[in-house]
Amino acid sequence: MKSSRLLFSIIALTVPIVLHLASGVATAQNANTFNRLMKPPEERNPPPMKDGIHDPDNSGTRILQPPREAFEPMPKANSGNRIDWVKALEENKINPRYDRLDPAKEPIIMDLNIVREVKGSMPDVVYPHKQHTEWLDCSNCHPAIFIPQKGANQISMASILLGEKCGVCHGKVAFPVSDCRKCHAKTKTDTAAK
Amino acid sequence: MADTTIKKLAIGGLWGLLAGLLLMATGIEPAKAEYGDVVMNNYSDEAGMRPVIFPHWFHRVRFRCKVCHADLGFKFKAGGNEINMLKIIDGEYCGACHNGDIAWSVENCDLCHSAKPGTPTQVHESTLQQLVAPVAGAGGAGGNNNK
Repeated sequence: MKSSRLLFSIIALTVPIVLHLASGVATAQNANTFNRLMKPPEERNPPPMKDGIHDPDNSGTRILQPPREAFEPMPKANSGNRIDWVKALEENKINPRYDRLDPAKEPIIMDLNIVREVKGSMPDVVYPHKQHTEWLDCSNCHPAIFIPQKGANQISMASILLGEKCGVCHGKVAFPVSDCRKCHAKTKTDTAAK
Repeated sequence: MADTTIKKLAIGGLWGLLAGLLLMATGIEPAKAEYGDVVMNNYSDEAGMRPVIFPHWFHRVRFRCKVCHADLGFKFKAGGNEINMLKIIDGEYCGACHNGDIAWSVENCDLCHSAKPGTPTQVHESTLQQLVAPVAGAGGAGGNNNK
């Protein structure tokens, strides 16, 4: 008899928990929620303990800086980390070193725009060397990814999406391809007038 | 007689609860980590260590891309540099800074080796990962796009 009482209490404990879980699942599966495929704003830039890839059981995880704390003073964007990194640099919100050891070393900036005419109705691409040389060295792109010669590089959105050409960085760490206008920045008439 | 019925019921309830918890643990939870976070699991799982997470955003605040990708020779490929602890303690790759001088040293194993065991090598939230991401049951890890 004693054991049956124990079993009853187990059931009494289990049933509400199961019901609670079931009701949670029911809310999560509401078919007509707003923006059902989008990540809600409060889930962006989660701390390491809650980001899904860090192990919360690892003692080091709790020491790591939560990204939101670092991003707080930085200009916002609508994609990627939701930070406009180029603007953050321009506005001196961050001051990343150009040299591993020397904090005073200045980057070698090349201010040259390359216009690439594109097919279809999309505006032509303006590639600014300036913003890229703020971060990178010439050897990062030339000659392995881009041959430094006009007309020598075949670039397509398909190859970018697959992580080649611009897609080596854009879509992985630099702003992703959803920011069309950041590259496709020149109108057809502008090009014709040139 | 009634006793065995209750027993069966209780066992059934417990199994249900276990199954529910297991479902939650194995994760229908979508991936939420930071854009550009790199997971490296070339050797970690086999060696019984948690895989490494490299937070691009954290390093980008402090160093321009060129420092690692030109000066230190990191290729633009997650898991493509064949980094191991010997190279690091000899001052290559991560070890160029993580030497107790520029940044904290290698004894802080669990600050880098911090991913859930079994997380595959990947660039987190990359366009490619999102293109190939399985619809259901993807867990936190998503596709393995960069091996």
